[in-house]
Amino acid sequence: MKWPALKLSPFWLCAAAIAVLGIAVTIFDLFNINTFIFFAGYVVLQYVVLATAWNIMGGYMGYVNFGTAGFFAVGAYASVVLYNLFQAPLALMIPFAGVVCALLGLAMGYLTLRLRGVFFAIATLAMAIVLETLIINWEFVGGATGAYILRSREQAPFGDYIEFLFFVMLLLAIFAVSVARWLELSRTGRGFIAIRDDEIAAECAGVPTLRLKLIATTVSGFLMGVAGAPFALYVSFIEPSSAFNLIYAVNAIAMPMIGGATTWLGPVIGALLLGTVQQVATVTISSELNLLIVGIVLVFFVIVAPEGIVGLLKKWLGGRRDDR
Amino acid sequence: MFSVELLVNALIAGVLLGGFYAAVSLGLTVSFGQLNIVNIAHPAFIILGSYIAYMCNSLWGLDPILTGIIFIPVFFLIGAGAYRLYYESFERKDDEALRGLAFFFGVMFIIEVALIMVYGVDFRTVQASYIGQSWKAGGIGVPTRMFVPFCVAIAMFTAVYLYMSRTFNGRAIKAVAQDRLALQLMGADPVKIKQLGFGISIGTAALAGALLIIIIPVEPSVGRLYIGQVFAIAVLAGLGSIPGTLVAGLILGIAESLVSTFFGPSWAPAVAFGILLAALAFRPQGLFGR
Amino acid sequence: MTADALLDVRAVTKRFGGFTALDQVDMEVRAGERFGLIGPNGSGKTTMINCISGTLANEGGEIVFKGVKLDGKKPHQRTRLGIARSFQIPKPFRSLTVLENLGIALEFATGTSRSEVQERGMAILETIGLAERARANAGSLTQIDMRKLELARAMATQPELLISDEAMAGLSSTEVDDILDILFKLNEGGITIIMIEHIMRAVMRFSTRIVVLDAGRKIAEGNPDEIVNDPEVERAYLGE
Repeated sequence: MKWPALKLSPFWLCAAAIAVLGIAVTIFDLFNINTFIFFAGYVVLQYVVLATAWNIMGGYMGYVNFGTAGFFAVGAYASVVLYNLFQAPLALMIPFAGVVCALLGLAMGYLTLRLRGVFFAIATLAMAIVLETLIINWEFVGGATGAYILRSREQAPFGDYIEFLFFVMLLLAIFAVSVARWLELSRTGRGFIAIRDDEIAAECAGVPTLRLKLIATTVSGFLMGVAGAPFALYVSFIEPSSAFNLIYAVNAIAMPMIGGATTWLGPVIGALLLGTVQQVATVTISSELNLLIVGIVLVFFVIVAPEGIVGLLKKWLGGRRDDR
Repeated sequence: MFSVELLVNALIAGVLLGGFYAAVSLGLTVSFGQLNIVNIAHPAFIILGSYIAYMCNSLWGLDPILTGIIFIPVFFLIGAGAYRLYYESFERKDDEALRGLAFFFGVMFIIEVALIMVYGVDFRTVQASYIGQSWKAGGIGVPTRMFVPFCVAIAMFTAVYLYMSRTFNGRAIKAVAQDRLALQLMGADPVKIKQLGFGISIGTAALAGALLIIIIPVEPSVGRLYIGQVFAIAVLAGLGSIPGTLVAGLILGIAESLVSTFFGPSWAPAVAFGILLAALAFRPQGLFGR
Repeated sequence: MTADALLDVRAVTKRFGGFTALDQVDMEVRAGERFGLIGPNGSGKTTMINCISGTLANEGGEIVFKGVKLDGKKPHQRTRLGIARSFQIPKPFRSLTVLENLGIALEFATGTSRSEVQERGMAILETIGLAERARANAGSLTQIDMRKLELARAMATQPELLISDEAMAGLSSTEVDDILDILFKLNEGGITIIMIEHIMRAVMRFSTRIVVLDAGRKIAEGNPDEIVNDPEVERAYLGE
C-alpha cells in the first residue's frame, strides 16, 4: 500500500527535519535573509499541526469538525490567561493549552458523538461561535477589543523571537505528525477506519466505538490547542476575530482533503502546499483572492480527486495494495 | 433596568423575529430535515439573496421583497443544479458524510469571499417606504421594518406548507428520504424529487435573504452566525417538521430578543448556539420528533 | 429454563413510539443447536436480533447469555462475550481488504496480536471458502462473497452463538446451498446458530427447532414438521 519512503520511522523523519532546519537556519543567518521566511514558515507549520489534528477525526474516522478555529482560539486564549495571571513562560502555555482543548474535545465528543455523525459536525460549528461569544464578553482576556502580549525581542540562541517561535512550531508539527502516524499504525487507528467505513458493523465486530471516538476528539483537541498556544506571542496582539477566524476551520478541512485524508502524509502535503501558496499569495496578490482560491481548490478536489494528492500519486506510481 | 414595557417590547420583537427565523430555516427543514442533505451553505445562499436585494435596490430602487420574489425561480434553478452536482459527486457514491459536508463548507466559503471581494466588509442596507416607521401605543411600539417581513415570512411559510402537504410532488419530497422504494413503485424518480426539493429549499433563500436585509444591515460574514439559528431551529423543530419549524423559530426569536434586551446584544449569538447544543445533547429528536 | 440454555430471552418487549415491535417474547436457544427464527415481514425478527446483539435496547424483559444478563451491555461487549451476527444488508469495511476486515474483529473482539491475524484470518477464510479473495478490496466483492465475508467476520470474533440475518436473501439456489453448507460446517464445529431466513426450504432443512413470530408475538415453536403443520403459522403467512 505504501511506497518505501513512507516506511521511514518517525525518528528518522524528525532527525531529517531537524537537520534540514539546522542547515536552513545557518544559511539564513549567514546570508542575513530577512525574518519573513520564519514569519511565514511559522504559519505553514501551524497549519501542519491543525490539518493533522483535524485529520485524526475527519480523515481516519469520517467525523467532520467545523470548529477548528474554536479549538485553536481556546488554545491561544488559554495562553493569554496564563500570561495575565503570572506571565507564564511558553513552555507552560503549550501543555496547558493542550490540556484545556483536550478536555473541550472530550466534552464535545461526550455530548454529541452518540448521535449521527452530522450532528457532531453541526455542534462543532455551534461550539466555535458560543466560545467566541464567551471570549468577547470576558474582559479578563481583553474582551472584544483584544489584548496585548509582550514578548522579548530576542531569544538565544535563535536571534529573533519569531525565529524561536518558528522552531517551537516545527517541534510541535513533528510531534503532531508522529502522534497521527503512531495512531494510524496502531490497533486504535485500524478501529478508526472501521468506524469510518461502518460504525454499527465495527461495534458488532467488537470495536468499542464510543471510546475510540472520545480518544480521537481528545487527541485532536489537544493538538489543536497546542497549535494555538504560541499564537498570542506570535501576533503580540490577540483579538477574538483573528483567533476565531474561519480561515483556520476552512484550511484545516481543505488541507487534508487536498493532500489526501486517509494517511498522515496527506495533511502534511496539503498544509505545506496550500499554506505556502497562501503565504506567497498574501504578499503578491490580494488576501481575499487568496481565500477564494482556497475555497475553489477545496471544492474542486472533493469533487475531482476524492483521494487527494496522495491518492493521485499512488495511482500514478501504480502502487496497488498487494504488498501487505 | 427591568420594566413591563421593556418586556412587552422584547416579546413583540421576539415574535416578529421568530416568524422571520422560521422562514429562514424553512429551506433547511426541507433540505436537511426531509431530504437528508446537510447543506451548511444554506445561510450563505440567504446572504447572497440579501446582496441581490441590495444590488437591485441601490441600482434601480427596486423593492427588496419584490426582488426576492423575482429571484425565487433563479435560486430554484441554482439549487436544482447544485443538487445534480452533489448527487453525481457524492450521494451516488455514498460519500456525502465527509466530502459532501466539505463540499458545502467550500461553497459557503466561496460565496462569502466572493461577496467580500465585490462589496467589501461594510454593512449594507436597503431603502423602502415601510422601513423606519413604527406603530406606537403608549410605550409599546411595533416597527414596520419587522412587521412587514414577518407577514411575508408567514405567507411564504404557508405556501410551502400547503405545497408540501397538498400536492403529490410535495408529499413525495417528504417521503423521499424515508422510503425511496415506495416512491419508485409509484413511478416517481427519487433523484428528480430530491432535485425539486432542494430547488425549493434554495428558492426560499432568495426571499429570506431579502427579508433579512430589511430587518438588519448585512455584511458577507453574518451568514455564519445564521448557521446557528437555522440549524438550532431545524433540530429543535424535529427534523423535517414544518409546523415544528414555526414553533421553534418563535421560541428562538423570543429567547434571543429577551437576552439581547436584558443582557446586552453581544450575548445574542450565543442563544441560538446554546439552544442548539442543548437540543443536540438532551433532545436530538427535537420538540416534534418521535 | 433448561440447564443447557445458551441464550435465554425472557418476556422481551420493544416499542417504537406507539408501535409494539416485540411483545413479551420468550425463547430459548440451547448450546449446539440449529435454531430457526421465522415470520412474515415486519413480524419483529430483525428487532429481536438487534435486541440480542445490543444495537437496540429492549424495554421490558431480559436477555441472558451463558448466565450473564445482557441488559445495559454495549454491542461490542456482547460480541466479546461470544455473540456474533451477520447483517442482512452486508456492511463490509469498504476501504479494507477482506483479510483486514477479519483483522478488525480478531484484534478487537478476541485480542489476537497483529502477527497472528494473518494466520488465524486465513484459517477462517479457508473454512468459509473465501481464501482466494483475502487480498481483494472488501468493497469490490460480488454479492455472494459479501455474504461470506459477513459470516467470516462474524466468525473472526470467535463466537459461541452466531446469528445469521437473512444471509441468503437474493442468492441463486446453488449459492443458497453453498451458504447452507458453510453454516452446517460451522455448527458441526460446535457453534450454536440462529438462522433468520425467508427461504423456507433452507430454514426447514437447516433448523432442528423453529420459533415463529407474527406482529411481535411468538405464535409457534417446534421442530420443522410441527411448524409446517401448524394452522396458526399458516394463517400468519397466508392471511385469513
